[in-house]
Amino acid sequence: MSESLNGKGLALVPKAEGKQTLKDFKSDQEVRWCPGCGDYAILAAVQSFMPELGIKRENTVFVSGIGCSSRFPYYMNTYGFHSIHGRAPAIATGLAASRPDLSVWVITGDGDALSIGGNHLIHALRRNVNLNILLFNNRIYGLTKGQYSPTSEVGKITKSTPMGSLDKPFNPISLAVGAEAGFVARTIDSDRKHLHSVLREAAAHRGTSLVEIYQNCNIFNDNAFEDLKDPDKRDVITLRLEHGQPIANATQAVRLAPTGGLEVVARDSISPEEILVHDVHNPDPSLAFALSRLDEPAFQHVPIGIFRSVDRPSYDHLMSEQLEMAVAQRGPGDLDELLQGGDTWKIN
Amino acid sequence: MTKQVQQLDRVIIRFAGDSGDGMQLTGDRFTAETASFGNDLSTLPNFPAEIRAPAGTLPGVSSFQLHFADHDILTPGDAPNVLVAMNPAALKANLSDLPRGADIIANADEFTKRNLQKVGYDVNPLEDDSLAEWRLHSVPLTSLTVKALEEFDISKKDAERAKNMFALGLLSWLYGRPVEATIKFIETKFAKKPEIAKSNVAAFNAGYNYGETTEAFSVSYEIKPAPLSAGVYRNISGNQALALGLVAASVQSKLPLFLGSYPITPASDILHELSKHKRFGIRTFQAEDEIAGVGAALGAAFGGALGVTTTSGPGVALKAETVGLAVTTELPLIVVDVQRAGPSTGMPTKTEQTDLLMALFGRNGESPVPVIAPATPSDCFDAAVEAARIAIKYRTPVMLLSDGYLANGSEPWKVPSQAELPDISVPYTTEPNGDDGTTFLPFKRDTETLARPWAIPGTPGLEHRIGGIEKADGTGNISYDPNNHDLMVRLRQAKIDGIDVPDLEVDDPDGDARVLVLGWGSTYGPIAAAARRVRRGGHKVAQAHLRHLNPFPKNIGEVLKSYDKVLLPEINLGQLALLLRAKYLVDIISYNRVRGLPFKAEELAGVIQEVIESE
Repeated sequence: MSESLNGKGLALVPKAEGKQTLKDFKSDQEVRWCPGCGDYAILAAVQSFMPELGIKRENTVFVSGIGCSSRFPYYMNTYGFHSIHGRAPAIATGLAASRPDLSVWVITGDGDALSIGGNHLIHALRRNVNLNILLFNNRIYGLTKGQYSPTSEVGKITKSTPMGSLDKPFNPISLAVGAEAGFVARTIDSDRKHLHSVLREAAAHRGTSLVEIYQNCNIFNDNAFEDLKDPDKRDVITLRLEHGQPIANATQAVRLAPTGGLEVVARDSISPEEILVHDVHNPDPSLAFALSRLDEPAFQHVPIGIFRSVDRPSYDHLMSEQLEMAVAQRGPGDLDELLQGGDTWKIN
Repeated sequence: MTKQVQQLDRVIIRFAGDSGDGMQLTGDRFTAETASFGNDLSTLPNFPAEIRAPAGTLPGVSSFQLHFADHDILTPGDAPNVLVAMNPAALKANLSDLPRGADIIANADEFTKRNLQKVGYDVNPLEDDSLAEWRLHSVPLTSLTVKALEEFDISKKDAERAKNMFALGLLSWLYGRPVEATIKFIETKFAKKPEIAKSNVAAFNAGYNYGETTEAFSVSYEIKPAPLSAGVYRNISGNQALALGLVAASVQSKLPLFLGSYPITPASDILHELSKHKRFGIRTFQAEDEIAGVGAALGAAFGGALGVTTTSGPGVALKAETVGLAVTTELPLIVVDVQRAGPSTGMPTKTEQTDLLMALFGRNGESPVPVIAPATPSDCFDAAVEAARIAIKYRTPVMLLSDGYLANGSEPWKVPSQAELPDISVPYTTEPNGDDGTTFLPFKRDTETLARPWAIPGTPGLEHRIGGIEKADGTGNISYDPNNHDLMVRLRQAKIDGIDVPDLEVDDPDGDARVLVLGWGSTYGPIAAAARRVRRGGHKVAQAHLRHLNPFPKNIGEVLKSYDKVLLPEINLGQLALLLRAKYLVDIISYNRVRGLPFKAEELAGVIQEVIESE
């Protein structure tokens, strides 16, 4: 158990009395994603993970926007709010800021979070409200049937870009680190064990956690992450991020580059001391940002895991503190006193 | 020298100057003195959107009009009896509103060649005969102030800036205002700069003494206190009253208030005011944009809070989709629209009633929302409580349509005690409501109100999902069933149509008027004042004012049909008239002006008179 897993993220959420099982978290609704969709794996992973948190199911809320992934709350037997396109972080902010006793999860996709809802996402991250944002990134618009998304690679041929897309994609991890998010991680739909470990840390983090989940859309963008799943390639490409461990796999290693960023080199070309040791708690986001740039150009070497986990006071906590301070300084509000405040005069 | 004191029953003063001259502050202080003296009063601040337009220019003129009287009054007055003009621009911008014989107190020091040129005066109007039809008092306010402050260790600029306090002192003497509170105010305001505080007090006193001693002013005036009903009073602006109404709604509903808001003129003062009242458990959230403001409020409402968002027209346009989500998820939400001149950015600091149709229909789908409009600045308090009552009882977003005139205008308010306020609390749902005793149906409705249960996260056994997709009646599960959609559309409409709204009251002193003048929102004051004038002239007119714009009071059709003619003045191109014509088939006579300013009582009296005479 790493030092950040101290339950702080859920400290104010009431604990469940009995033991919960996966079944408790399954709603009675029929799941209606396309057969083979990566969302099934993520749903199953989340449902099987939730009992582990040991919090009351009724104090758990899933909030989503619009898109395939955003149907997620209907399938969780918790409180849920399927809202409108891009706005889930805003709605969840109001909920989490006014109810510190809830564990609030935002389910969003690359279009929902990074296009129409980009503004809400970056502001949620900078504010650090106690939210867990799961960003299902499939690099395509699925629900509207296959237009390119803000994470699609340049030149993507889709219905709306028959000659190839022109705009450079966002890297969600870079964006989140740039907004100085306290917790930023990447995982993959097909790796349940890793997904669980990341969710565990995200839930434990008090503040906004952003978890990018590479998710396969087998209808409109099949095999987008195939190299990361291919047994022959994945170990060569993937760079597992583990706190306190050198960032390297069998063939590749990460070191500081003369440019000020990071670079990936052949592992046997450098001495072990030169390999960058991962520090998720580094308060300076520069290295986390540099790590997020390593998958450029696409998929030569892809860091997976927790990029950054830095504690700072959460917005909801600070907001509650101000209310408490106001009461401590001047006592609880008295309506008659308030209404009759200011310059008053009396007529007899 | 003992000066003559003349009795007046009412006075309208307009303070006008450059945006940087402190005219709003001067007006506020004169108002506070007048309120504590016991006159009835009504104010109209009028300022540019630019914080500091180029000095001395017409676009930079800021003014504050105050009407006060020894009887109850309804408007800030049509035409000033006194204009205080701090520079040539202020004179030029306001002269056309000034009736013959009115007093002009002009700051002669500012009528320099350069300042005159800036606004196109070839000759100094204080020195030729062009102002002969008014009573001109040309007073070197700046140099008198600087001279009075010679002994203070302050810069010349600071001394000059105190000229508004000199002017306030002079006006305070002229109308026999109590001065202690203003002196105390200055001392508090500049507590950290004692020399500035002392010099401003000195400037104020110098202005007062100047009035008393100089021969330029031979008469002072007395306006006796107005006979208001017994009680505690305070002067209050619409925005302030609305904010206090929301605090009261939170207390009276026993719900924590969550405000999600983005700064916008002229609504920001509600955010500022509510931000001060954290002792009441009020959470104020300055969002990244208008959409996040309403989104956060709706999220908080899902969590059991009294969710509120405050904005103006452009913000309402942005919030529309989220309000639609609140309509279909049937959660309580208050959307405050302090209307301003549009379309688009329009004139941010000017008033208008042009958002009515947007409030009612500015969303996709069949999306009914109750709409309430306060009539006066102090009425914003009661309207806020009423909006909360409906939102909570019926689990619906409610639009509260204030406007720039109400927001910044002020009047004396008889302060209610908490005991007089209604209990608007509604308990959350905590038990399953299914027939089997164990299931929870989030869209099973109350048979009387048609409201759905409000079960908040943290309630065991009632876990449920809501969202923007159409819901099956009862269970709330996703449904694309055609008949279910038709049913849900009708149920949501029926719920709003069935809201308990009080009947429309008609003021018709003799009971036999043939013409009804109808209004809604902030036009109450000018319409009522106009009706009084018409009646004083021996004519009969009935008056009614709508507070509930959706649903309408049940008796409104009957009221409209019982008069030969219905006149409806609106500060738009006839939005309410369109609705009433469509719904009640009554041939409404519209009177519309969209100048960014409230109606004048005299103007409306003329219109009413014309309608009566055309019978």
